[in-house]
Amino acid sequence: MADTKGPEIAIRRSMLGRARGLGAAKSGTAHWWAMKTTSVALIPLTLWLLFSLIGLQGATRAQVAAWAGGPITATLLLATIAALFHHLYLGVQTVIEDYIHHERPRVVWLLVAKGAAWLLGLAAAISVLKLAFTG
Amino acid sequence: MADVRDALMVGKTSDGKLVRRPLSPHLQVYKPQITSTLSIFHRITGIALSVGTLVLVWWLVAAATSDAAFARASGFIGSWFGMLLLFGWTVAMWYHFCAGLRHLAWDAGYGFELPTVHLTGKLVLAATAVLSVLTWIIIFAVR
Repeated sequence: MADTKGPEIAIRRSMLGRARGLGAAKSGTAHWWAMKTTSVALIPLTLWLLFSLIGLQGATRAQVAAWAGGPITATLLLATIAALFHHLYLGVQTVIEDYIHHERPRVVWLLVAKGAAWLLGLAAAISVLKLAFTG
Repeated sequence: MADVRDALMVGKTSDGKLVRRPLSPHLQVYKPQITSTLSIFHRITGIALSVGTLVLVWWLVAAATSDAAFARASGFIGSWFGMLLLFGWTVAMWYHFCAGLRHLAWDAGYGFELPTVHLTGKLVLAATAVLSVLTWIIIFAVR
């Protein structure tokens, strides 16, 4: 930055426009940032889930219910489900946007993916809540 | 309806014949490299893991439904086909996990030099193999 002899560009944009930083891309860093935050959250959560599931091999339904229904386990399971489905949808969205070039099928597949992610995530979350509240 | 941008995609060969320009060098032109190969693996494993969550959701829903439903879900997971899927998903999980850590390092600004990129790529593959084998040793050990 100290070198003032190099080429210069005059940025002819209002301060507000620069602060918003959107331009032709239409959106900012929200997608990227959500991908990062969910992936960081999923580092401990997936490790915890993986080793919990290994310990639950051959468990009866009652044993699984007792495990999943505990307040700490239920909290971690819900956090995992939320981070996992958010992360998963962002990834699937990127793949759809990259490989489906026509507007109409792209929007249709994005809606299908979003609907599926929400429904599956809700089903998983409600199952955990049911185990937490009723056993 | 033709797009006006299509005009830019038409060129002339040296003998004057009109041809459609290629969009850009496509995949089949390039020799596979560790960078591009690992990149597409990250996508493929991500999609595979997304499909894998179906079984996780099924298992949770079954546990919250009834003994019979849970028996069906755990019966499928414990079958040879279920175990084969689980094996594939553990490998995919460890790959996506390790490659994801590599992506986080890149996002923090580290590891962009080509020798480093090649080294961390190989490390990701080695770690995936070791962690997958280790996971299945643990799975069979605690059975």
